[in-house]
Amino acid sequence: MFTRMIRGTLFRQWKKMIMIAFTIALGASLATAMLSVVLDVGDKVNQELKTYGANITVVPKSSSVLNDLYDMEGEGVGAYLREDELGKIKTIFWAFNIVDYAPFINVDASLPDGSPVTITGSWFNHHMELPTGEELDAGMNSLRSWWEIKDGKWIDEQAETDEKVAMIGSELAAREGLKAGDTMHLSGEAGEGDFLIVGVYEAGGEEDEHVYMQLNDAQELAGLDGCINSIEVSALTTPDNELAIKAAKDPGSLTVKQYETWYCTAYVSSICYQIQEVITDSVASPVRQVADSEGAILEKTKLLMVLITILSLIGAALGICNLVTASVMERSSEIGLMKAIGAQNGAVTGLVLTEIMLTAIVGGIFGFLAGIGFSQIIGHTVFNSAITIRPMVIPIVAVLVTIVTLAGSIPAIRMLLRLQPAEVLHGR
Amino acid sequence: MSLLELKNVSKIYGELHALDDVSLAVEKGEWLAIMGPSGSGKSTMMNIIGCMDKPSKGEVLLDGVDIAKENAKNLTNIRRDKIGLIFQQFHLVNYLNALENVMLAQYYHSIPDEKEALEALERVGLLDRAKHLPSQLSGGEQQRVCVARALINHPEIILADEPTGNLDDSNEETVVELFRVLHEEGTTLIVVTHDPEVADVAQRKIVLRNGRIAKQTVNANFTGHIRFEV
Repeated sequence: MFTRMIRGTLFRQWKKMIMIAFTIALGASLATAMLSVVLDVGDKVNQELKTYGANITVVPKSSSVLNDLYDMEGEGVGAYLREDELGKIKTIFWAFNIVDYAPFINVDASLPDGSPVTITGSWFNHHMELPTGEELDAGMNSLRSWWEIKDGKWIDEQAETDEKVAMIGSELAAREGLKAGDTMHLSGEAGEGDFLIVGVYEAGGEEDEHVYMQLNDAQELAGLDGCINSIEVSALTTPDNELAIKAAKDPGSLTVKQYETWYCTAYVSSICYQIQEVITDSVASPVRQVADSEGAILEKTKLLMVLITILSLIGAALGICNLVTASVMERSSEIGLMKAIGAQNGAVTGLVLTEIMLTAIVGGIFGFLAGIGFSQIIGHTVFNSAITIRPMVIPIVAVLVTIVTLAGSIPAIRMLLRLQPAEVLHGR
Repeated sequence: MSLLELKNVSKIYGELHALDDVSLAVEKGEWLAIMGPSGSGKSTMMNIIGCMDKPSKGEVLLDGVDIAKENAKNLTNIRRDKIGLIFQQFHLVNYLNALENVMLAQYYHSIPDEKEALEALERVGLLDRAKHLPSQLSGGEQQRVCVARALINHPEIILADEPTGNLDDSNEETVVELFRVLHEEGTTLIVVTHDPEVADVAQRKIVLRNGRIAKQTVNANFTGHIRFEV
């Protein structure tokens, strides 16, 4: 009987039920789209911000102390990191959050006319096969993606050639009258050689006076085989909170539980800590400006999305409220009759809520599917990539749809409870 | 003890006394007609007897229970178990067929029993119309479905509000005949009506005026059959 009544109502009031389902679908679609983006926006924004460079630098411990004490760069004071430990960075707990990194060694060298020039050895598109089976191309090409190549191209480490290659800054190139395709002779403390200039870059800073070459070539010139001065790391991080700030000052001050939470969250400080654990005598520290702006942008973006979700759900609740109230008013004599022939308030409320919830399920499913579509539109429009739909969005949207539907039905249910059969069946 | 007893019942809305100190007793198996002009208190009395409203003053004893003191939940239960309601506007659920409308009363009373509901429709001569929607039935047929729904749970009292108000003479006669059969079976009938011909069929007739019982007559020639004046 209950089923017959539900079926009868749904078919009889199909226009109104479609309106309710549409309202719910609208709220659910926005909630789905916004939640999907919110849950994925961290990675997306981080990836966007990664184009602005590394957010962690790793230097030898002794250099770091000098830097802290005298506010000076500690490079070239005789302390080095070990090149053979670089692969370990991709073995830390948050290895998958390390999207790129590159080692650097700075070498003082001279041009044939005796003028000094700073040479930096690094990785470009350095190919690595990690112990985890993962393969990675890391280096300057992506860490300095904003550099403009004025002439030639980036150094290609994977090109099969015996020739030594270099890239030079635009100011140095202009001063020395060099261009891509030319050869330049460089002399270091421990060696010298001819280098083919493959590219001229413009970085917009002092690097425009420098020469960049492959790591091993620079090490040869300086006689520092296997040594590096620093590592720049680009990592996907979670914005800092109080726990992260406390841990960054002193991880030893944390309780065991706090330590576990911090260690297992991708805070920039916990990733730094884990890098220090695998690189001997190193100090890893966040590039605050980048890390902070990442966190701030991420938080604001998420807040905006959450506000849109809340507003859309409030709108849906108001729409449902109007439609359900109108539906109950239209059916007042039917509801009055049910009460007159013995239906308790609970039975009538159950009937009406079942009808609304069934409508909400249909609306919710359509809304969820539409929301997935909206989220992909947002993803491709804003981030130029697809949004990953997390499974947790489904229960969250289901709970939100239920809450919104029930909240929107409250005025109608109150009216239904107050409805007296005598009033609607034959008046007082 | 009377099946229904109203003792000094008043229903007051502000300054208006819809019922004013009314006392009335209805015996088990009696057929009572309530008449009166509009605003005389007929509907108010029906609402109170039908457990759909409470008096402002006085006692209403139904089977010895003072329903004026019961809460809404208990009143619903009393209405469900003891009273069968018939309305002038029929109040059938328009998306349920005749059979389902009868079963609706069973559903809220106990358990729907299709066989029993079909028997009730057979009693009112509508077995062949059981699967028809109210919109496919004539006014008289709808009222007979309403009667079947009222009697399906074997109530102590059938309370009819203008049961023939929307019917032609032929259907009016059919409905009154149904009442006569129910009365013969021992059902207590209280019929609120404007129609003197319907009221005259009853065993006893009271006339309400300004919330009071103005006149009360017993039908000495009670047969239960309607006699239309020519």
